[in-house]
Amino acid sequence: MGKAIDAKNLNIYYGSFLAVEGVNMSIRPKTVTALIGPSGCGKSTYLRSINRMHEVIPGARVEGRLELDGQDLYGPGVDPVGVRRQIGMVFQRPNPFPTMSIYDNVIAGMRLNSRKMRKDATDQLVEKSLRGANLWNEVKDRLDKPGSGLSGGQQQRLCIARAIAVQPDVLLMDEPCSALDPISTLAIEDLINELKMDYTIVIVTHNMQQAARVSDYTGFFNIEGTGKPGKLVEMDETKTIFSQPTEKATEDYVSGRFG
Amino acid sequence: MTVDTSKRQDQVSDLPPPGGLAIQGQLPRWAVPGGLAASAVVVGLVLAAIGFSVGLFVVGTVVLFAVGLYVASRQVEGSRKATDRLVTVVVSSAFGLAVIPLLSVIYTVVSLGMVRFDGEFFNSSMRGVVGEGGGAYHAIVGTLLITALAALMSIPVGLLTAVYLVEYGKGRLAKAITFFVDVMTGIPSIVAGLFAVALFTYLVGPGARLGFAGSVALSVLMIPVVVRATEEMLKIVPNELREASFALGVPKWRTILKVVIPTSIAGIASGITLAIARVIGETAPLLVAVGLTTALSFNPFDGRMATLPVFAYLSYATPGVPREPYLERAWTAALVLIIIVMLLNLLARLIARVFAPKSR
Repeated sequence: MGKAIDAKNLNIYYGSFLAVEGVNMSIRPKTVTALIGPSGCGKSTYLRSINRMHEVIPGARVEGRLELDGQDLYGPGVDPVGVRRQIGMVFQRPNPFPTMSIYDNVIAGMRLNSRKMRKDATDQLVEKSLRGANLWNEVKDRLDKPGSGLSGGQQQRLCIARAIAVQPDVLLMDEPCSALDPISTLAIEDLINELKMDYTIVIVTHNMQQAARVSDYTGFFNIEGTGKPGKLVEMDETKTIFSQPTEKATEDYVSGRFG
Repeated sequence: MTVDTSKRQDQVSDLPPPGGLAIQGQLPRWAVPGGLAASAVVVGLVLAAIGFSVGLFVVGTVVLFAVGLYVASRQVEGSRKATDRLVTVVVSSAFGLAVIPLLSVIYTVVSLGMVRFDGEFFNSSMRGVVGEGGGAYHAIVGTLLITALAALMSIPVGLLTAVYLVEYGKGRLAKAITFFVDVMTGIPSIVAGLFAVALFTYLVGPGARLGFAGSVALSVLMIPVVVRATEEMLKIVPNELREASFALGVPKWRTILKVVIPTSIAGIASGITLAIARVIGETAPLLVAVGLTTALSFNPFDGRMATLPVFAYLSYATPGVPREPYLERAWTAALVLIIIVMLLNLLARLIARVFAPKSR
């Protein structure tokens, strides 16, 4: 578990509109990489192209290469469904399935794919995933209750448990804390620190303190103006990005002098 | 300062004290019922002098009450409260106006229908019955069978069409289907009946009347309703749930089957039930496509069948001699039809409640 991601000259389109241009990025296994940048600069678009969620939107497509441990994710014959089984995702707003209990939400990846499992194996998986998401102690007595009855922060950790239950190699997080209060945010950040033992994590965030706290590497995306494509300005160790970035634009952004 | 304030209060009492809340006059609580009673008495006396009529009495009372209340409230409470009271009266009267025909229909059908609402009505057909007695067992069976067949054809077609339109459809084909569904929604029911007659004349031969033809006609009317209801329900399933499922590596068809439809099943089921309720009372298409018979038939693929709406219509339009038993049976058939529709509506609510996603 925990694989490397390499983007090589990646162009991402919505129809004929070039949204993100020429991304070259190497993400090392078992690290946390934060993507920062102003709204509309294409960080979420880039994130969604990593597990091929981008193409769910009609007309959306990708040019260039994106490799998971050297294997081209957009190669001919690669099934996007298979890609998504290896690269899990946590969304901005917590989205547990409203028709399912907490238990069923955790094993939704198996249940929805009708994968047969023995009862004790499922029980173990549910406990392991919920423990992995730091949620077990809070919900162990009400696993049969609906997931939508939990608080926002608990729901988000339930979604993380759901994502790690399918045992992916990579975990993508699209602003996972933007809908949460500071305490829930702290819980998720602690969790990210634990999860990087096993997973490669890529997190999009608007919160630069968060990027500084949780990530090993940081990539800064920027956009020159509306209608122009977003670009990866620079990527480096988080320490470097926040203390002595190479580019002027990065320095302006992380020091708050931007826009 | 203190002197100044007391002086001001003495002089202009309706001005708010500085920094405080405006204290306004208020009509007493009995103003509304009292005003209404007073208006009724006044209008009643006037009408007694020039000739009484119920309609004029009600309208006159409401108008007088509205005007009186507005004027009084404007004097005491100010113009904003007065407008509020006037609009309240107008809205309540509009509600009353809308409810009157409804209550009148229910009263008429129940009071006239109860006459023959007996055991015989539910367990005997009209076979060999001339005049008194007889029942609509055959018509109830016919209505239920024909409608069930129509639902059996319409629900899969409508459901799958809606899934296609919401989840897959884009471009010209989807637009064309949406357009034709809209057109079909507006088809007059007699046209659906004539379509079924033409179809079965072509398939079976001229003069063909069979229950299944009625089912076909009803499903022509029902499919667009099912499509529309299901489409609306599928559209309100949040996209985030679909994305959550995709991100777990679930293929699209499984996502639709196991996430999208279960999430919206409550709305879909109640929409379908209401679509059934909508077509179960159709008369015209069944009249031309199925006809009527006096005998009980359980086979919708062979010969004419009786249905409640047609039974009620023909009993009322062409009664035998003596007339009364026919008219009584027509009213009871109408009552049974209303009860069936009401049960279907209750069922729809029950389904919506049972299937609705729970939060605790």
